[in-house]
Parts: sequence; C-alpha cells; structure tokens
Amino acid sequence: MSIAYVRERDAPLRPPPAGTAGALGWLRENLFSSLGNSLLTVLLALVIGYLGWSVLDWAVLRGVWTGVDRAACAIDNAGACWPFVWEKFPQWIFGFYPIAERWRPVTAFLIGAAALVPMLMPGVGAKKWNALFLLVVYPVIAFELLAGGLFGLSEVETTSWGGLTVTLVVAITGIVFSLPLGILLALGRQSELPIIRSASIAFIELWRGVPLVTVLFMASVMLPLFLPNGVSLDKLMRAIVGLSLFASAYMAEAVRGGLQAVAKGQTEAGLALGLSRWQTTRKIVLPQALRISIPNIVGIFIGLFKDTTLVLVVSIYDFLGIINAGLQDSKWAAPQTANTGYFVAALVYFIFCFAMSRYALFTERRLEQMGRR
Amino acid sequence: MPQTAVQFIGVNKWFGSFHVLRDINLDVAQGERIVICGPSGSGKSTLIRCINRLEQHQEGRIIVDGIEINDDVKAIEEVRRDVGMVFQHFNLFPHLTVLENCTLAPIWVRKMPKREADALAMKFLERVRIPEQAHKYPGQLSGGQQQRVAIARALCMTPKIMLFDEPTSALDPEMVKEVLDTMVTLASEGMTMLVVTHEMGFARQVADRVIFMDQGQIVEMNAPEAFFGNPRNERTRLFLSQILR
Repeated sequence: MSIAYVRERDAPLRPPPAGTAGALGWLRENLFSSLGNSLLTVLLALVIGYLGWSVLDWAVLRGVWTGVDRAACAIDNAGACWPFVWEKFPQWIFGFYPIAERWRPVTAFLIGAAALVPMLMPGVGAKKWNALFLLVVYPVIAFELLAGGLFGLSEVETTSWGGLTVTLVVAITGIVFSLPLGILLALGRQSELPIIRSASIAFIELWRGVPLVTVLFMASVMLPLFLPNGVSLDKLMRAIVGLSLFASAYMAEAVRGGLQAVAKGQTEAGLALGLSRWQTTRKIVLPQALRISIPNIVGIFIGLFKDTTLVLVVSIYDFLGIINAGLQDSKWAAPQTANTGYFVAALVYFIFCFAMSRYALFTERRLEQMGRR
Repeated sequence: MPQTAVQFIGVNKWFGSFHVLRDINLDVAQGERIVICGPSGSGKSTLIRCINRLEQHQEGRIIVDGIEINDDVKAIEEVRRDVGMVFQHFNLFPHLTVLENCTLAPIWVRKMPKREADALAMKFLERVRIPEQAHKYPGQLSGGQQQRVAIARALCMTPKIMLFDEPTSALDPEMVKEVLDTMVTLASEGMTMLVVTHEMGFARQVADRVIFMDQGQIVEMNAPEAFFGNPRNERTRLFLSQILR
C-alpha cells in the first residue's frame, strides 16, 4: 500500500442524517436517549402534570371567585378564596397608608418605573442623566411623596406605611446603598494600606458573622439605647440601614471575587500607559470585575428582596407581614383563606425575583456578545 | 554623542530571597534598538519591567529620560507616560473597543479631547494596518491583530521609548511576521526600543546591540554581527546553538 495520497475531488457537503437534527433530534437526544432516560422523562412528566393539575384545580376550577365574607369560601370542597384577596389587596399594597393619600405611593411608583425602564433598556441613550435622576433626584421625590410634610402634602408617619410599598422601599433603598458600599468595601479589602484593609475585613466579617434577625433586633431595640437622649431614628430607617449594611458585606465578597478574576496584566497594562492606580481601577479593573460578578450580585439582590420579609420581627408590616395580619380577620375565617393569602404572596415575590434573574441573564448574554474573551 | 534614554547603574533586585537581577549596568542611547535574549528565568522581562516600575529594584539606580525611578509616584507616572509597553499576552482591555483601548490613556492621562484622541488613534491604527477593526472588541480579533492594536495603543501616548516583552511568543506561527513587520517599521522611524525576544532574525535585521542574559546577569552584549558571528562567552555559545538550529 502506498503512503502517498492526493485528494482530487472535495468530499460533498451534506445535511445531517434525518432524526439527528431539528425538533425530533432534540427530543431523542435530550429526553429519550436511553431506556433509563425515557422512563425518567415519563415519570417526571407525570409528576409535573399532577402538580400542575392540582394547582390549577385548586386555584381555578374549585376556586371561589365571588362573595362578600367567609360564607362564600366556607363551603365544602372549596378551592382558593379569591374574594378575600379582592377585598384585602389595596391594604396589601399600601398598608395602613391613609386611603385619601394613596395616590402618593402610586405616583412615586409610576415615576420610578418610568425612570427605571429606559435605564434597563440598553438601546436608550443618556444613561448618565438617567442614573443621576434615579439615584439622586428620585429618592428625594419619592421620600417627599411618601412621607409628606412639604408642598402642602400632609405628613404620613412611617409607622403607617406597609404592604408592598414598604417591601419595595426597603428593598430598593437596600439595593441602592449596598452596591456602592459593597464595591468600596471590596476595594478597601484589596487596599495596600493596612488600616483600610483591616477595617474593611473587620466590617465585612462582622456583618457576615451575624444573622440578619439579630441585626434587625439590634437596630430596633439596642441602637436607641446608645443614642443620646432625645435623638431618635425612625424605626423603618433603622431597619433599612441594618439591612443595607448586612447586604453590603455580602456584596463586598461578590465584588471581591470579580476583582480577583481580572487578570493582573490588565492592571499592569493600565499602569504602563500612565494611568494612576485609581484610574486603572475605575476604568479597567472595576468594569470587568462587575461584569464577572453580575450573577452573584443579582443573587444578593434577590436574597435582599426576600430578606425584607424579616422586618416583620421588628413589627414593620411588609407585604408578607400584612397578608399574615389580614388572616386574623374573622370575617374571612375559612379553611382556604390562609392558603390563598400565602399563594398570592409566593406569586408576587416570585414575579419580582424571577424578573431580576431574567434581566441579569439578559445582561450577561449581551455582555458576552460584546466579544468578551 | 546622542543623549542617554535609559541608564542602569549597579542595579540589583530580589524576588524574596531569589536574586533575580545581579549588578546590571547598561546605557541605552536615544534611538538605539536593543534586543535582549536569554533562557527563561534569566531576568530579561524583569529587567525591562524595572524601567517603568512594574517591578521595583532594591539596589542601584535607574534613570529614564533624565528621571530617576524611585518611590516618587509622580515621577513614576511621568516616566510611564513616555514609555510604551507591549506585553506577551497583549493585555488589551476586553470590555473596550479597539478604538477605546487606544484613546483611554490619551483622554485620561493627557486630557486630550475625545475627538482629537479618536483621530490620533485612527492614525496609529492605520500605521499598524488595522483601521477597519477600530469598532470591534479585542476578543473578535486574531492574536496578531490584537498585538498590533497593543502596539498602536502604546504609540497613542507618543512615547519616547518602547518596551517589548516577548511580543511574539504567544502568537500562532503564521501571525508572527505581521507583528515583527510593524516593529521593523517602528525601528526604521528612529524609536528607542528594548525588545525581549527569541526572534533572532529580527535581532539581526533591526538591533543595534544584542544582549544575552543568564541567571540575572548581563553575560554578553555586542553588535548583532559580532554577537551571532563570534560569541565570546561559553554560555552565549551554548544558548545560540540551542535556539539557532
């Protein structure tokens, strides 16, 4: 046999054989690739189908849709008690906010949404101004709208805030404060100055080493004892500060992971060009580090959003807290009332967290397409 | 007599207890092209990284363009503005476009208006013959193109001295030439260059002097014809016999 070979005609380019590509191919490869996998697929499909059917049956088919009190829901074989939700829903959103003033949280929410949506859309320009408005101007407007006191708006004590309004106020301020603070702490932890480094490490480890419930109790019960007489901090404010500091410690660790993942050559290239250390950090290292940390940062945002439910322990009635409180109402005492309330709570928390998660995924993909190596 | 661009006087450096640079004495004249070679770990990269203080020396003096390198941060930043560096692994900024990579330092260090910086960057991207890639991200370019962008990025600061740290070692063989060609052009324009490389063809063609380093010392230093034609130190001869096959 000869060792020499010369190709004289190119082998033809052909489409893949039938059944290995397209929908059928996908099914075969992913769901029915072997006997065991096929059995597993069928079994799981049955379980999912059963669970889905149960929820549908309970929430929709057996659900009670109209009524004015417990009588409608306290019937045999009743499912979800929706009239309870219709009646309580405004309170779940606004808490004990005066009914005549409820347009104020609504306005604050609408302004926020109007500013946030273009901020989240990559194609829309003027991000700098948008961010400036959201982070500096908007908080002032929102606080003024909610708390009142100026421009003829009547004052509304934070003790009468509640429901989803409080959940969003706590979560958003927590997110807005914990991210920059976390970034500073992460940079501090990497500082070459021993004092800054030790202080950052001490701060981070202290907050990470304490359960959030403890932090909230400390903020609401212990903190006033340390303050001089006559000085009192708003309870809601204290809870927000506690939650923000708590989240910022975790944020710092997420960002630190990103900082460490940026190659050392990046810093060297920046310095070699004559950029100062701070410019190198701000223009080169930090943008890359934050991109790497997006999944973890959003994870912390989601955690923080759910952790807002813990403000209940210092008697602030957030969304879950106020649903819980409403269940005591004897007017609606029926077997499925509590389940319905918690079902709605779960649904609302899920929608917010899922939205954050999907947006993070979208951002990650977009940044990857920008040709990150 | 041309002015001195870089001067090493009795420089010593240690990594921990490892003596990485031993008694380095070297004068580089302005416009001079120097190629540094030697086995890995011989201190070649460390030597040129001391010039812009990416590494600190512990003993001796280094004077770059009349400025002594010491703990003075301002002096170091001044030197870095005028000394360009090209790295083995390019170290382009992956989150910025090619153009932004080039304009970052002119805008933030030289305080140049953006429009002017863009024009300057395009001029140098044309010089390295990739103006059409200006709006791509580094990750979308081949290794050779990335290294040429890295050269353009350094040139945008209009440096007086260029340092090259094994600029072709991380490249696929077919891309080495395009980078070397760019460097040859640069040399022909009178740039002061210190190049760490194993490309002996480049050394013959471009270098005024070739330096051989081993175990942290300058072992031999000569004009290329003499260096390659008649190496005098035994270690130089051994090294050359290993890389010139």
